[in-house]
Amino acid sequence: MSYLINSSEIIQTIEMIDQQHLDVRTVTMGINLLDCASEDMDACCRKVYDKICRRAEKLVETGCAIEREFGIPIVNKRVSVSPISMVAAACRAEDYTPLAQAMDRAAKTVGINFIGGFSALAHKGFTDSDLKLIHSIPRALTETELVCGSVNVASTRAGINMDAVALMGRIIRQTAERAPMGCAKLVVFANAVEDNPFMAGAFHGVGEPECVINVGVSGPGVVAHALRDCQGKPFDVVAETVKKTAFKITRMGQLVAQEASRRLGVPFGVVDLSLAPTPAIGDSVAEILEIMGLEKCGGHGTTAALALLNDAVKKGGVMASSHVGGLSGAFIPVSEDAGMISAVEAGALSIDKLEAMTCVCSVGLDMIAVPGDTPAETLSALIADEAAIGMVNNKTTAVRVIPAIGKTVGDRVDFGGLLGSAPVMPLRSGSAAAFIARGGRIPAPLHSLKN
Amino acid sequence: MKAIVSVFAQDSKGITAYVTGLLAEKEINILDITQTLMQGYFAMIMLVDLADCALPFDELARFLREKGAQRSMDIHIQRQDIFEAMHRI
Repeated sequence: MSYLINSSEIIQTIEMIDQQHLDVRTVTMGINLLDCASEDMDACCRKVYDKICRRAEKLVETGCAIEREFGIPIVNKRVSVSPISMVAAACRAEDYTPLAQAMDRAAKTVGINFIGGFSALAHKGFTDSDLKLIHSIPRALTETELVCGSVNVASTRAGINMDAVALMGRIIRQTAERAPMGCAKLVVFANAVEDNPFMAGAFHGVGEPECVINVGVSGPGVVAHALRDCQGKPFDVVAETVKKTAFKITRMGQLVAQEASRRLGVPFGVVDLSLAPTPAIGDSVAEILEIMGLEKCGGHGTTAALALLNDAVKKGGVMASSHVGGLSGAFIPVSEDAGMISAVEAGALSIDKLEAMTCVCSVGLDMIAVPGDTPAETLSALIADEAAIGMVNNKTTAVRVIPAIGKTVGDRVDFGGLLGSAPVMPLRSGSAAAFIARGGRIPAPLHSLKN
Repeated sequence: MKAIVSVFAQDSKGITAYVTGLLAEKEINILDITQTLMQGYFAMIMLVDLADCALPFDELARFLREKGAQRSMDIHIQRQDIFEAMHRI
């Protein structure tokens, strides 16, 4: 097909990139490490390091070349690996920190900026290896720079593993006491997906091929810009505008994904259609909700606005890509979104509203700093609430909270870079200690009689 | 390979001559060209064929950017596929 110049289309694309922060947020290579198993920890670490370096050797170089040729910024090049609790299951060692260190070294060698997969899937119960991995998290995530970890504690089919929920509350506290940054790299999931390219929750699921390329697109700034032209129009127009914009963003992601897959000789997995904000001004999900007509994100109406946005992004994106997956939707990480930070500081956005918002958006309570003296049981209870929302509504939910040790409501925690900075938010008082101490499992919900 | 060259600058005499001269110097064929003035601002977009251009894409992009900067122009070159993917079904 011959292409004829349409200057308005070309100028629109250039403006999206130059002024509205349009980018490909991440090209993530998923790598299977299950063949690296060994009884000997040193041998396992060696295999893990070698395999990541071999597979991802050209990832950064290829990403940068695509970026230059197409003129599209690819912000992050990353790697996700098989859940380490499975890779290390054969090891006799009790502490899995050396594996995290091997992942960290490999990540630095290949030049990526995060590696995910220090993970365990414990939604129905723990294997011995899951427990070893979880107990290694505080050291592993604080003694490495680039390693991200996640634990799946619930699913719609299995229910909620409340022992895992209780344990993760304590693990988050222990991690925060060593270094708050460790908590920014730790996600507790319900219904974790196997092909998510976004950190900190990325891991290479067991149903995935040997090696795969998943791409995460973003673009809150582009959606916000498009919606500024719809002032006062009905929601039908708003939804239609978001869909059209999401379509364009996703087409770009699909093109980058196919090109990366072809050049690296690795199959293309999915495009994850997520609106992922950054701390940059004009790259905010909260701002989109405010453009829809809310005075401040967090007020009444926020959940409805977010529901529309999340759904329209998916509808627009689905037709633009041959395979859509991952988390796909709108992210609401507090510290990474200038509009969310401002809403919290103005007292407009509370933890309760954020929880309600997670019912209709793609993930959950994300990048939220809580007072440093929050008891482990309260963190567990927060996780249990999110897991319940995910389990009952058949969706992925997650908790990534950072107990700000030595700080309290009104203070700020700074993570730097894309992770931004978070105001410490108040939680509800009232202990959940007796509730969390019960342990056991909350049974899976009924899948019929839906009224 | 086909690419889109976009030029943005304050309007002045000789912009088109200067840019097409740079392209000719690197054996680049212009397939289509369109230009407009937006509030005194000059915008020119060209569809070009890089088949005979010996320079790798990266270096060509740098060459155009630097030559443009010398005359206070923004010159970008991007593969054409991206515009087609975003705007055509």
